[in-house]
Amino acid sequence: MPDVNAIANRVAAATPPSLGRAVRGLSDRSIAWLFVAPTIILLLAINIFPLIWTIYLSFTNYASNRPNRAVVNVGLKWYQDILGSPEVWAAMQATAHFVFWTIFFQTLIGFTLAYLIDRKFRGHAFWTTIILIPMMLSPAVVGNFWKFLFQPQIGLFNYIVSFFTGIPPSSFEMLGSVTLAPWAIVIVDTWMWTPYVMLICLAGLRSIPDYIYEAAEVDRASKWRQFWSITLPMALPFIMLAVLFRGIENFKMFDMVVLLTGGGPGSTTELASITLKRQAFEAYRTGYSSAFAIILFVVIFGLANIYVKALNRVKQR
Amino acid sequence: MSGAVTTAHSVVEPSATSRRIAAFLVILYAVVTMVPLAWIFATAWKTPPDSISYPPKVVFDPSLEGYCNLFTTRTRQTDEYIEALGPPQGACDEVTRKREMVIAGPSNYLPRFVNSLIIAFGSTFLAVSLGVFSAYAFSRFKIPLADDLLFFILSTRMMPPIAVAIPIYLMYREIGLSDSALGMILLYTAVNVSLAVWLLKGFIDEIPREYEEAAMIDGYTRLQAFFKVVLPQAATGIAATAIFCLIFAWNEYAFAVLLTSGEAQTAPPFIPTIIGEGGMDWPAVGAGTTLFLIPIVVFTVLLRKHLLRGITFGAVRK
Repeated sequence: MPDVNAIANRVAAATPPSLGRAVRGLSDRSIAWLFVAPTIILLLAINIFPLIWTIYLSFTNYASNRPNRAVVNVGLKWYQDILGSPEVWAAMQATAHFVFWTIFFQTLIGFTLAYLIDRKFRGHAFWTTIILIPMMLSPAVVGNFWKFLFQPQIGLFNYIVSFFTGIPPSSFEMLGSVTLAPWAIVIVDTWMWTPYVMLICLAGLRSIPDYIYEAAEVDRASKWRQFWSITLPMALPFIMLAVLFRGIENFKMFDMVVLLTGGGPGSTTELASITLKRQAFEAYRTGYSSAFAIILFVVIFGLANIYVKALNRVKQR
Repeated sequence: MSGAVTTAHSVVEPSATSRRIAAFLVILYAVVTMVPLAWIFATAWKTPPDSISYPPKVVFDPSLEGYCNLFTTRTRQTDEYIEALGPPQGACDEVTRKREMVIAGPSNYLPRFVNSLIIAFGSTFLAVSLGVFSAYAFSRFKIPLADDLLFFILSTRMMPPIAVAIPIYLMYREIGLSDSALGMILLYTAVNVSLAVWLLKGFIDEIPREYEEAAMIDGYTRLQAFFKVVLPQAATGIAATAIFCLIFAWNEYAFAVLLTSGEAQTAPPFIPTIIGEGGMDWPAVGAGTTLFLIPIVVFTVLLRKHLLRGITFGAVRK
């Protein structure tokens, strides 16, 4: 075998470059395309082709339960309907409430936890792993079992709240009350995703070199001053990364909330994705929901663009 | 102050007291965060009346009823009918008869669980195979518009699943992939391949180019160098990537509930539909949840060193 290769090399060396590569096998350029093409083709077929189809449908009156009806071009009607629809604005408001408060609590608790874990006490690696478990679980299954914990009479959550506060456990319904349900979904999401923010913040804290703190000690900067002038600014790109990603994920939240509240009571926890699902798969307003999907796409695409820039900034450090 | 006293340690080392406080708070959080999970695992071993008792029962007689109910369907029968059957066969038969019921047949949990396995492993295999080739190409070759292509690949993962599901639903209906394992495998492959490319690119970037170059000087072609030098070097990264893809496909709900209804349904849309007489059968739900989540808990522990990479698409390594 080596002999054959040696001969091939000698032949390759003696022939013009293009022919030499052919002797050695495929050129780097064709290998590059050969390696990338299947991925791109799959994504074109499963993501881009359907996306273009969605754009087309958003201008028509097509309904998926009436495939044989004549398709009529309706122009921008659906887009106008959506932007003027109180239902959509209510969903956007519920989504904004959910996104804002989950990010607020997750960043606060996540950063605090990361800061504490960075004290490197004995056994911190083990406890970090335990803390990480919730974020790996299936959101749907999590939503389903939290529904059990939130049951008014029998649920563990109500029982624990009543144990510490003395409020009777059957006097409040986390999922059935208009005021509490939006907070119930925030609680579950915070339980599940705080570890995510914690892990990224921890990476940020660990990226700060010791010599900066040593220099600050020499300059007699207080611990308080060190935290505000060194720790926080240097960990900030990482915190931003976590916040952006949680923002994107929670903006499109569906599974956990659908199993927890189903969008109710009324439509108090009906997030954008749940409204979209109702319109597309229960009301069969395919054209309308396609237009809504495109609007969500545009928002996510913008956020994703910022996210990738943030990723690259963190990477360079 | 602290700098003057502690000479053996660096001035930036946290003090013993601050460490103790940190340890206390972190352990407290870890224990509290595990309570919901422990509760659902415990509920699986309760009887249905125990599971909905007030106050909630922390101490209880363990029962197999949850697991039995998870795997069986049951029908109510008269005492005479049950007595005529003779002695119960097996533990599940016994607990079922205590509720004046008999086992009618197997439930759908096992087939749904198997569907989850087939779809998760199938899509993971495809996504990692496609991903490793693309990642190598992005890592080693000059590809025109590489940054834009990589962004395009990642952006497909950011899309809201419901929005993607609308055209996919129509498309699958046209080409006959509705409610099929193949359809789900292709869809999950498309979602996972973006993660696979980004993660694997990070892992392959870390393998020195000199390895392949040395192999190619020894007479390997580029392809041989890829298969015999790069792939073995990237083995850990490939394994970590595969586990991430596996977990995503295992956990996914939105596509599964919209695009599968019977034959190809996976476990996440099935578990919430487990009902007993007069409401949710919480012990059976607990049992189904336990069996479904245990593999993820194990994988999380195995993956702990690579988790950070996985959740940041390979950008943050340590």
